[in-house]
Amino acid sequence: MSNEASQEAETPASAEELVPTGHTPAQRIQHILHGNPALSPLIVLVLSIIVFGIFADNFLRPQALSLLVQQMAVVGALAVGQTLIILTAGIDLSIGMAMVLSSLVMVKLNHDNGVPGLLALLIGIGVGILTGVLNGVLVTRVNLPPFIVTLGTFSIFTAISLLYAAGQTIALGPDALLVWTGKTLSIGSVSVTWGVILMLLLYLGVGFSLKNTAWGRHLYATGDDREASRLAGISTDRVLLSAYVVAGFTVGIAAWIVCGRVGGADPNAGLNYNLQSITAVVIGGTSLFGGRGLVIGSLIGALIVQVFNSGLALAGVDPNYQVLATGILVILAVSVDQWIRRVKA
Amino acid sequence: MTETAATPQQSDTSSEQPILEAEGLVKLFGRVVGLRGVDLRLYPGEVLAVIGDNGAGKSTLIKCLSGAMVPDRGTMKVEGKQVSFKSTQEARVAGIETVYQTLAVAPALDIASNLYLAREIRRPGFAGSVLRMLDMKAMRQHASDHIKSLGISTLQNINQAVETLSGGQRQIVAVARTGAFGSKIAILDEPTAALGVRETEQVLRLVRDLRDQGLGVILISHNMPNVFETADRIHIQRLGGRAATITPESHSMQDAVAIMTGAMTVPEDEQSVR
Repeated sequence: MSNEASQEAETPASAEELVPTGHTPAQRIQHILHGNPALSPLIVLVLSIIVFGIFADNFLRPQALSLLVQQMAVVGALAVGQTLIILTAGIDLSIGMAMVLSSLVMVKLNHDNGVPGLLALLIGIGVGILTGVLNGVLVTRVNLPPFIVTLGTFSIFTAISLLYAAGQTIALGPDALLVWTGKTLSIGSVSVTWGVILMLLLYLGVGFSLKNTAWGRHLYATGDDREASRLAGISTDRVLLSAYVVAGFTVGIAAWIVCGRVGGADPNAGLNYNLQSITAVVIGGTSLFGGRGLVIGSLIGALIVQVFNSGLALAGVDPNYQVLATGILVILAVSVDQWIRRVKA
Repeated sequence: MTETAATPQQSDTSSEQPILEAEGLVKLFGRVVGLRGVDLRLYPGEVLAVIGDNGAGKSTLIKCLSGAMVPDRGTMKVEGKQVSFKSTQEARVAGIETVYQTLAVAPALDIASNLYLAREIRRPGFAGSVLRMLDMKAMRQHASDHIKSLGISTLQNINQAVETLSGGQRQIVAVARTGAFGSKIAILDEPTAALGVRETEQVLRLVRDLRDQGLGVILISHNMPNVFETADRIHIQRLGGRAATITPESHSMQDAVAIMTGAMTVPEDEQSVR
């Protein structure tokens, strides 16, 4: 999928430009962006890397870029699950807190209860999946809006995490399996953590399934028009539930990555991850109205946010401008999405 | 679908078995009577129009036939076999495809994907059975063949997203879906509502094509000229019951309106119940 997007980016529909259609240049751009949802974030990413490469010293150094990718691994992994939910025209406000809960279970079982690392990891991932099942069941069986469901479960997961950890951060030893995701793998002067590789595998697996399987088709169709999909014979409830369960699995993997990144678990860390994952998905060109978008776009979206944060930091700008930049990016991204959706034949 | 079913003329096929048969369908909504014992017979290779004023029970009848609603009383047979549907999916398995007034298409997906929605083809071998990969090539090929076999020229690019199509083209995709999977019965609920003159003509031509392929087609419409132009027989609903079944030859449009409103009744022996 990423290949397609990047190829199109180099030669923007050259055949269409030759055909003398009655379209204005703006309409033609609208059409191209409509056909390639990941294209506009890709352009923004490339432009922002160029701009920060010029204005921020050291930004293009391999070490700086490696660090940048490591810093976005957790949000990147969560954005996979968030993309699935948003593609179904839902939203998951609990995803960051679910990850904190999952990572706390892993670390506490291993550190406090002496459960072997692998077993603690599997139980932690299981907790992640359970959070997804809970959200999914409430959305499909009890028929509640995803916004309300996840607003509620966000508070529930927060309370459980704080009670479970008694408000304390727990650190792990450097040899534990759980911090393996923080270990680096050097290829030349570029070093990536195993967490980054895990995150990329998530994108690969989910991206492949969305593009190539009936499940992916049904997920897009359900997000696009739930009633029409039901009438067409898709069991939309099962599709929705599966999206939440897979999102729960990505929560578990993200929890493992965060263990490696901070060397333990912090019950107070979850708040920002919710909004950051939504930001990444939205900037990545996935429509909040469902049925439109690519998971690779969310990877690009997460990268854009991190490029702005790191770039502004390296350029010596007041950190508050990072937040400002993120806000402007989100509003711009949704505006572009609205404009693209008004495409005409 | 039998060979003989492919003939559009059915005047000499009165001995033929109905492809869909409903008897004494009753549906109550609390104390409101939706259907009061409706009979309906549909033969292969015919278009049966269902008309009636608002509240006459058209939609309820169609929902019972398509599995969207379960009737309280009455029997239904498909090709002589007794059936009772608890869902639209069960009706579909029995060969009944329904196009709903609210278009059952996913706008962001392309035409081929929409035709194959909920019945995708998987690749053969490892890629299909383990990786669950879809055979997009085969689906596009079949979809394109099917569209061609129906003589639809307005849909040129099978990879086009449905939302970029006009209302008529979307409706054509939805109707074409009904004939694509060896179904025997197509139920079309107001397929020409909100369409322009030319688009209406295209959709109606497609309806006749489906009939000529041997499907039994039930056409619900408010548009009298459309109905008289396309239907072989016309089932008129009134106050939850069947007021009469006529043909475009035996009665005029004025007659049909009179029957709908109760101003006229048709003796049993002048009807075309078959």
